[in-house]
Formats: sequence, C-alpha cells, structure tokens
Amino acid sequence: MKNRINRMSDEALEFEQAIENAESAIYHLRLYVAGTTPYSVMAIANIKKICEEYLKGRYELEVIDLYQNPTLAKGEQIIAAPTLIKRLPLPLHRIIGDLSVVDRVLVGLDLRKAKAK
Amino acid sequence: MDKKKIASTIQTLPKSLTGIQGLDEITGGGIPKGRPTLVCGSAGCGKTLFAMEFLVHGAMMYNEPGVFLAFEESEKDLAVNVVSLGYDLDKLVADKKMVLDHVHVERKEIEETGEYDLEGLFIRLNYAIDSIGAKRVVLDTIETLFSGLPNPLILRSELRRLFQWLKEKGVTAIVTGERGEGTLTRQGLEEYVSDCVIVLDHRVTEQSSTRRLRIVKYRGSTHGTNEYPFIIEETGFSVLPITSIGQEHTVSSERISSGIPRLDTMLGSKGYYRGSIVLVSGTAGVGKSSLSACFSDAACARGEKVLYFALEESPRQIKRNMRSIGIDLEQWEKKGLLVFHAKRPTFYGLESYLTAMHKAVNDFKPMVVVIDPLSSFIIGTNQFEAKSMIMRMVDFLKINNISVFMTHLTTGVNDYTGIDISSLIDTWLLLRDIELGGERNRGMYILKSRGMAHSNQIREFKLTDHGVELLDVYVGPEGVLTGSSRITKEAKEKAEQLLRNQEIENKQLALDRKRKAINAQIDFLKAEFEAEEIETLKNIELNKLRENLLLQDRVDMAINRKGDIIIKTSKLHKPKGNDAKTK
Repeated sequence: MKNRINRMSDEALEFEQAIENAESAIYHLRLYVAGTTPYSVMAIANIKKICEEYLKGRYELEVIDLYQNPTLAKGEQIIAAPTLIKRLPLPLHRIIGDLSVVDRVLVGLDLRKAKAK
Repeated sequence: MDKKKIASTIQTLPKSLTGIQGLDEITGGGIPKGRPTLVCGSAGCGKTLFAMEFLVHGAMMYNEPGVFLAFEESEKDLAVNVVSLGYDLDKLVADKKMVLDHVHVERKEIEETGEYDLEGLFIRLNYAIDSIGAKRVVLDTIETLFSGLPNPLILRSELRRLFQWLKEKGVTAIVTGERGEGTLTRQGLEEYVSDCVIVLDHRVTEQSSTRRLRIVKYRGSTHGTNEYPFIIEETGFSVLPITSIGQEHTVSSERISSGIPRLDTMLGSKGYYRGSIVLVSGTAGVGKSSLSACFSDAACARGEKVLYFALEESPRQIKRNMRSIGIDLEQWEKKGLLVFHAKRPTFYGLESYLTAMHKAVNDFKPMVVVIDPLSSFIIGTNQFEAKSMIMRMVDFLKINNISVFMTHLTTGVNDYTGIDISSLIDTWLLLRDIELGGERNRGMYILKSRGMAHSNQIREFKLTDHGVELLDVYVGPEGVLTGSSRITKEAKEKAEQLLRNQEIENKQLALDRKRKAINAQIDFLKAEFEAEEIETLKNIELNKLRENLLLQDRVDMAINRKGDIIIKTSKLHKPKGNDAKTK
C-alpha cells in the first residue's frame, strides 16, 4: 500500500522496484477450482508449469476444491471458477480462467508489465 | 379479500406471496413460485427495498427463509438501510431465516486468462440456500457483474444457466436490474427472466414526484395491467390499487357533537359517528375552516386529542381567525389536546407527506384528525395519486377509529370534490354561497350522511363573534331567502301580522260594546216588566176584594130581607167575612 501512495512521485522507478521485489519475494498462491471440470484440470496444469518456470523455489500453491469447501467461496469473494488468488506479495490479485494465456497470468502475478494496459 | 384468496387457489400457477401491501392483490397472490421474477427500474426507484421486503416478509410471515445476494451493497449497509422500516436483519440472520451475502467484484483486481465459468457463484449461492433451506432468493443487482468481469459472452451464457438452475432449485427468485436505454434492463436480463417482469418507475411531473409500478408480463396468470402508484412509507413498500382498501375495521356507533348544536340536530339530533369521515366542501370563504375549528373545539372540550393538519394557513393565523368568531383554540394547544401540523404537501411531496402524517398520527394518537384543506394535495395533474393517497390515509385513520374532518376547496357549483372520493365520505356537508338581493350569504346543507336520518333543509350559516350559528332560511311563496332579504321579508311579515292583530282587537272591542248595550236593554225591559207585573197583581187583588165585598153585600142584603138565596160558598159565611163586614 505504501508503494501506491508514493507512486505519484516517480512511477516508473517504483514499478521497477516492485518488479525487482517480485523477483525475490515469496509467492503465496491459492487456486480455487470447481471439481474436475476441464477448466479445473487445465488451470491446475497451467499454474504448476508457470510456477516451476518463473517462481521456482519461492512459491506456495494451494489448490482448493470449492465443492468441498463451499464456505470459502463467500469468504474469498469467489464467483468465477477457476480463480487464482495471489495472496502475497501484495497487492492482492485475482486471475480468473484456465490460466492458458501465460502472458496475462504473468501480468496478474506482477511478474511482467502489462503491454496493452 | 376472501374472494381473492379463493381465486388464487383456483389458479393452477402456484404463487408466492410477497407480503407487500397491494401487490399481492394486483398479481392475484404474489409472484410466480419457484421461478425468477425480474424487477427493474431506474436508480432510486426502490428495487432493493422491494426485494428486501419480499425476503423479510417471507422469513417473518410465511416461514420461507431467504438468501439476499447483494452485488452493490455490503451486508452492513443493507441492514442499516432497512432498520428504519423496523426490520432487524441481524436477528433474522442469527435465527437462520436469512443469509446476506455481498458479492464484491473489483475490476482492477481481476485478470482474465482463458476460459472460465461462474461456478464459484453457483456454489456460493447453493451453499447459502442449503444452509438455511431457503425458499426465496434475491439477486441485487446481478448486472453489476458486467462491469466487474471482462467477458460479456461468458457472463450471458452463465446467467442463462443461473436462472435455469434457480428454477431447478425450486426457489422463488427476484432479480433486480437497472433500467437501460430503450430496454427494460441495461444488459437485457428480460431475455433470461421471462416469467414475470415488474417495472418500477420514479417520475417527476410538475415538480411532484410519484412512484409507479407496472406488471409488464406475468406468464400464465392474469394480473392488473395498470400503472399503480406506490409509496415507500414508514411501514415500507406500499402499492395503491384502489380496490384493495381494507374494510375490516371496527365500526363505532358512538355519536360525537359537531360543535354546533343546530348542526347536531340536523344530523339526526346527535352529530357525527365516531370514526367517520366528514367532508366539508365549498367555494372560497364559505367558512370551511370555521367548521373544522368548531369541531376541534368541541372535541377538545370533551377531552379528546385533536391533530390539525393545516396545509395552507399557519397555525397562528388559524388561531387568530378563530378567536374572531369566539373559538379559543390556544387554550387546547396549551393543554396539549390540540396539535397543529403545518406543512405544505408541495414541501414534502405526496408520498413523504403521507409518511409524515402516519408518523404524526402514530406519535400523537389523536381521536380526531382535521385536514384543512384536502385540495392542496392536488398539484398539477396528480389527481389519481392524490386520490389513492387520500384513500390510504383515510383507510389508515379509519382502522384506528379516528374521526376525520376534511375540508375541500371547490371552484364551481357542480365541482363537489375535484378528487373523486365521494365513496369514502360518510358525512358530507356542503357550504355554498347564496347570492340574492345584492349580497352574498352562506348556506349549508347535508349532501349525505350515512347511517342516520338527517335533515334535508338548507340552513343559513352565520359566523358570529360567539361562534357558528345556523339559522332557518325563509321559505315562502317567493322561494328561499337568506340574509337581509330574509330579514326584510320577515319584517314585512311582522308588520302585516301587527295590522291583522289590531283588526282582531278592534272587532273584539266592538263585540264587547254591543254585548254591553244589549245587556243594558235587557235590564231595562226587565225593570219595566217587573213594574207592570206588580201593578197587574195589585189590580187583580183589588178586583178580588171588590168582588168579595159585593158578594158579602148581597148576602147581607138577603139576610136583611130574609131571602132564601142559596149560599154557594161556605167561605162567605165564615165569621171572618163577618168580621171584615163588621169592620
């Protein structure tokens, strides 16, 4: 949050720093899926691949089946399935979909600057 | 009411009562059970309240727990918003009669990668429904998802699936939607929810706002097709179909004085019924307010509490004016028996005014309510709303057995009320100007008075410094006269009567004189007769004596001549006779 406040002064620099931090920070990720639908299976495979490739050794990944933990849907404000939540490092991000577009997943994980945005 | 209940059971389509005043009447028993209903309208028209009432009534009155899925407001905000209506959502949640769930979608937190569905929402909703065995579901406003999630195509197909799923689940759902340009909802939700569509509308015409409700569609059922005005009042949402007036209130046969003895006499000698609706209508300056003041004064004198809604004049002005006709309202105000409520309806808007009236009545608990004048509710062309509003109010007051005294300003002779509310009125007094002989006088008569034998006479209505007086009008061969014509006519009659009286007196005097003359004559004749009588009797006696004497002489003579005459009467030989002769 502090980053955000200071952003106005030197946005570019801050962003570089954030990415640098991201390169060293521990990632805490949760993937919420709804049973074993094709989307779920795809998402699980995709996130594992991405983590191994970009966050090797500094990530924690939990895969949660919403059918088995329906209360979590409310608590975590889940509406879409699958949803990947980047709990740490902040800011919190939700990435919805089967995670097949790797570029966008990386943007969502703050591992790459968004191009079109 | 009973008939409607029967009708709704005959219908094959099962319905779910909303508990919203008036709506269940126009839908013939509520919204379709086990199906989704779309409630749409522009911002601030009451969609959320509508939906919330549906759930709260379900949970509290019909034993049907409900799930409120809010896409726009947090649970806390929802609960706070309805506290003013007396709904304790926290308690309902604690009692497992309701689940509130705020679905928060933040666009900037969301990154979309590839295919997905809304199974998360389904699971969430399913869990909420199953956790309390909910029968009712509200989705308010699901269209928010379109701004939160980037892919409308997925959303559309998922929404279709959602509504299908709700149907399969057998829950009665209300889906709210924001009104769009040229369509009922911005995202065309009416495509998916096709069983029942209700449109709410908030319109401002001639500076006064009215809310209206219309059932656009109700598959498989008849329904009222009009636009019905509705209001959001203290007790919540209330639709105003004209026919749904509750008529189950108790009726009092107690009579109360109108404050004018003569008027009481006209009203079957006893006055109005308690809890009845009295309307006084008339053109400007005929004394409508004075009549209300009289009634208020009489009620206060009986120790009853009076709530006076002054819609045009300020309380001070009313008090001053009424002092001039000898009515002191100030004393009652000081004693706390009389309370003025002076606000123009234009200040509030009809709806809020009704709410304010309800509140004032509930707070003060009066036995008499005066509304002076009713006509100020009509602003522009809102007659229909005004009528429904007045009806609701009158209904509310009647249920509480409060006597209502209303005045109404009319503009013409034939314009009785302007708002067609005559069916509501129990006793209707009409005040009117009678122009005659270059002056204007007030006349009053009873147009109708339910349940009592009332006078059919026109009375002249006079405001004096000691109150209101009702006088007989002059009714004679020249018609009905009032004011100075009546006084002149009466004076003329008086003079004529005087003249007649004098004549009679004269005749009586003449008669007396004649009687006296005759009596005198009779006396004279009597005296004359008496004199004659005495004279005659004297003569008779004399003659008799003379005859006796003659006879005696003859006898004596015969005795002297020793004649043998037969003495017929021994009487003559009595010694007495001899004595007399010897004398």
